[in-house]
Amino acid sequence: MRSSVIVFPGSNCDRDIAVALQKMQFKNKMVWHKETALPKSDLIIIPGGFSYGDYLRSGAIAGKSLIIEEVVKAAKFGSLVLGICNGFQILTETGLLKGTLLRNKNLKFINKDVHIKVINNTTKFTSKYKLNQILKLNIAHNEGNFFTDNDHLKELNNDNLIAFKYSDEKGNTSNLSNPNGALDNIAGIFNDKKNILGMMPHPERMVDNLISNKDGVNLFSSLLG
Amino acid sequence: MKLISVKLSPLNSKKNKLKFSVTVTLKKDVLDPQGKVVQNTLKNLGMHDLKNIRQGKFFEIEINEKDEKLAQEKVNEMCKKLLVNLIIEDYKINILK
Repeated sequence: MRSSVIVFPGSNCDRDIAVALQKMQFKNKMVWHKETALPKSDLIIIPGGFSYGDYLRSGAIAGKSLIIEEVVKAAKFGSLVLGICNGFQILTETGLLKGTLLRNKNLKFINKDVHIKVINNTTKFTSKYKLNQILKLNIAHNEGNFFTDNDHLKELNNDNLIAFKYSDEKGNTSNLSNPNGALDNIAGIFNDKKNILGMMPHPERMVDNLISNKDGVNLFSSLLG
Repeated sequence: MKLISVKLSPLNSKKNKLKFSVTVTLKKDVLDPQGKVVQNTLKNLGMHDLKNIRQGKFFEIEINEKDEKLAQEKVNEMCKKLLVNLIIEDYKINILK
């Protein structure tokens, strides 16, 4: 499977994801944001970091970059697009995903391992997980507080577009297991066609027992089909 | 003749530019944690009459356009395209004289 990782000034998880992709046998290319053409790719990844120093709003400037126009086109043709952390913020700024990521409710940058629950395991991103499986992934963000309007929230629930929710290790989703104030504990969502996934937790940091755990592996193996 | 027109130009060039301010605030139903913290701190400082604070952003925009209406439309477009996230933010445009 061919993948492309888009790199912006201020991206800082681009190499982590490249290592994870390589480990999982993806044929990966790194794409600088000033490129105007995308290499042929089955999967486009917008990595985490602080593109453009989070100026204006997280992801706002990156969301208007040259390469993003190509990403939007590819996404509309059905390419798979994965946005992680700042990548999720960028996807909301482009309009590929609805909703937005507000400042964490406690106003602090949160960097810790949290539990998330798999809410939909019938997509190309999540098919190798079990329904309601609990994963332990790392989050590291200042703006991860997912927010959207009521209509979109209804759509997310009715059309099964919620990928992951923050939970405790037993799978309870409540305020107590909500690290950042996200609406309904939402940690990751799909677009209506389910070819785009945006998520705040970092699966690429969880692909090796030596440094963490392997809970992120199945996201990549799902994509490989 | 040319000299005269050059002499007049500073006046004209002043009029060729218009200046606007844009204020961006979070919408009413969107939680503004920063505003809340500022509010609590001011209350702790003894400002008990304080009812509510919303924190926002402020832009000063100069634009090469002499027609006020056209200029305002351009600023409005800037807001919609980049400066404002319409899902969570409201904005107000004012002309600065």
